[in-house]
Amino acid sequence: MFNSLQRVSAIVRKELIQLSRDRMTFGMIVMIPLIQLILFGYAINTDVRQLPVGLLDLNQTSQSRYLTQAVEATNAVRIQYVYYSLQEAENALTQGETKAVLHIPADLGQRLALHPNYPGNAGRRANWSQPSPILPVAQWLVDGSDTMVTAALKSLRAMPLSEIANQFVRQPVASFEIVQYFNPEQRSAVNVVPGLLAIILTMTMIMFTAAAIVREREQGNMEFLITTPVHPMELMLGKIVPYVIVGLIQIAIILGMGHLLFAVPVRGGLLTLLAAALLFIFASLTIGLIISTVAKTQLQAMQMTVFILMPSILLSGFMFPFEAMPAPAQWIAEALPATHFIRLIRGIVLRDASLTGQTFDMVWLLGFTIIGLIFASIRFKKRLD
Amino acid sequence: MRKSIETPTDSKNPVIQTVGMTRRFGEATAVNQVDLNIQKGMIYGFLGPNGCGKSTSIRMLTGLLLPSQGQISVLGYKLPEEAELLRPKIGYMTQKFSLYDNLSVEENLNFVSQIYGLSKQSAHTRKEELLHLYNLNQYRSRMAGSLSGGQKQRLALAAATLHKPELLFLDEPTSAVDPENRRDFWEHLFDLSNAGTTILVSTHYMDEAERCHALAILEKGVKRADGTPQALMDNMGANVVELSGPHLRELKSKLLLSDDVVSAAQLGTRLRVLIRDHIPKPEKWILNLAPQCEAESVRPSLEDVFVMATGHHHDEPAITEVGHVQ
Repeated sequence: MFNSLQRVSAIVRKELIQLSRDRMTFGMIVMIPLIQLILFGYAINTDVRQLPVGLLDLNQTSQSRYLTQAVEATNAVRIQYVYYSLQEAENALTQGETKAVLHIPADLGQRLALHPNYPGNAGRRANWSQPSPILPVAQWLVDGSDTMVTAALKSLRAMPLSEIANQFVRQPVASFEIVQYFNPEQRSAVNVVPGLLAIILTMTMIMFTAAAIVREREQGNMEFLITTPVHPMELMLGKIVPYVIVGLIQIAIILGMGHLLFAVPVRGGLLTLLAAALLFIFASLTIGLIISTVAKTQLQAMQMTVFILMPSILLSGFMFPFEAMPAPAQWIAEALPATHFIRLIRGIVLRDASLTGQTFDMVWLLGFTIIGLIFASIRFKKRLD
Repeated sequence: MRKSIETPTDSKNPVIQTVGMTRRFGEATAVNQVDLNIQKGMIYGFLGPNGCGKSTSIRMLTGLLLPSQGQISVLGYKLPEEAELLRPKIGYMTQKFSLYDNLSVEENLNFVSQIYGLSKQSAHTRKEELLHLYNLNQYRSRMAGSLSGGQKQRLALAAATLHKPELLFLDEPTSAVDPENRRDFWEHLFDLSNAGTTILVSTHYMDEAERCHALAILEKGVKRADGTPQALMDNMGANVVELSGPHLRELKSKLLLSDDVVSAAQLGTRLRVLIRDHIPKPEKWILNLAPQCEAESVRPSLEDVFVMATGHHHDEPAITEVGHVQ
């Protein structure tokens, strides 16, 4: 038992010395979270604003100009291009010059006169016995392949038209009131930064451990190491402990900088946070270990890391809401430690949720680590064949 | 039956014993039915060209590779089942430098002593002892990766012997080392052997093989001959005659036509000819074939043994039985 501890600590110490001499890796430990945090914190924005669009005004009256101004006033779009024929507008869409074009038909005045949203029309309409067909006042030509843009423009569908008539806009009484807890200003960064913890840790933890073991095999150190009395489990533990420390440093960087740059709150207790983070770090390191028992070269280890990383980014709830995914995708997501961690960390950081309410995710991560460690040390043979 | 020259030492206390040790990689057989019996305190050599199965044999004997067939017993432990029990008692110096390039000499030794579970006190004493013994004291804080070939090799030997193993495996330890360092290295090996360590060393250098107490000649995974260097030379089944005279190149081709000439190799102005030992007076016999030359009987070398054991010009039963050689 004592010998076993001594061997684990020998490997840990050796690994730390090597890590401190490997400037490149050392730099990556700090720079990867820092750069990605700044990059994604500013860039990822699911709230579409000031989208540059085109205008095709076939009406060319004061009414059409008012309509255009009203659309711009919503702040959702900003008119950047002007076209003079439908063909030209469609061409621009095809060429990708713009994602959407506001098409105002020549008969705008007529359409407005019939439209129920146009002030003064509502009362009149009720008396008409044989209504002529009511048409929307104008049209949006949208590049439907971009669902985010389409969704943003769909929100303009029921835009009030009172403004065009130069009348005071009467706010309609909403059917539902939406009370926004935890992120009242609707800033994406609040949701992105905690999620980014999961993504960055998935990437660095898996990659570093997998590479650390595969490198020993590639450089021939392993042939010596496996003739010594070291037990596979001791080797595995000794290899992951230094990276647990690395993981904690990265968490401190991301949450600290997230707080400074994006005012992301850390509402939960630090101990709760530490517990959840450790569980996830161990789970990720275990994946790295399993990869290291399969990969023959560092390049293969890298490729396998990407294989885990991609679904972790796309399915874990980091980018798209987990609940909105189809059931099979949810099953896959449930198998990824990142999914469980994102649930945990968002709960802790943003909502100060207690861990007792999230037992399932905690137990899952713990179980994953234990089973993974056993699996990796069975797979890791102290042999060359 | 395989022809094998008995080693003169007593065979009651084998450190390594194998019967029919075989290892196949897919279709290829890397080690084929090798029987070994290596005594305590010996320096035992594996002599053979690259790819003859030396490394594969050593890896099976250290428990790193599973044998496809055959029994292996090392220090009384049955392999591969009891490999873990064997590990603390053996030292292994790999062919390629396998310590950490980005750790210093001292850090490497510290690491190895912790892995072998040495106490702090004895680890320190042993480290200082080895640093002095292997002339590494002035390089103790240098990174292992920046050492010269000879220094690396001494560090690897220090690491492999740090826990005072009973049995030491050295896989081509001198392949990256100049001749002077090689000589020094062998002095260290003899010191270790004197202290009771059994050493198994693989090499493709004849001069190194000659220093071994006993050796096995391996070729294409088959043990062609084994014994002490002297016994191997005495019983090689041929006499060696050196010829000097004109037109050695032509003479060589002419001599090789004879079935009784195993090989003829030019060494500067002389031609070294191996003649089968059923020819009673080889000097006289050869002068009939080469009348203008002078002939002199010389002492056989291990290289001659190697040629006899592995060359393409002989009819040893062991060879025809395996059927590798035409």
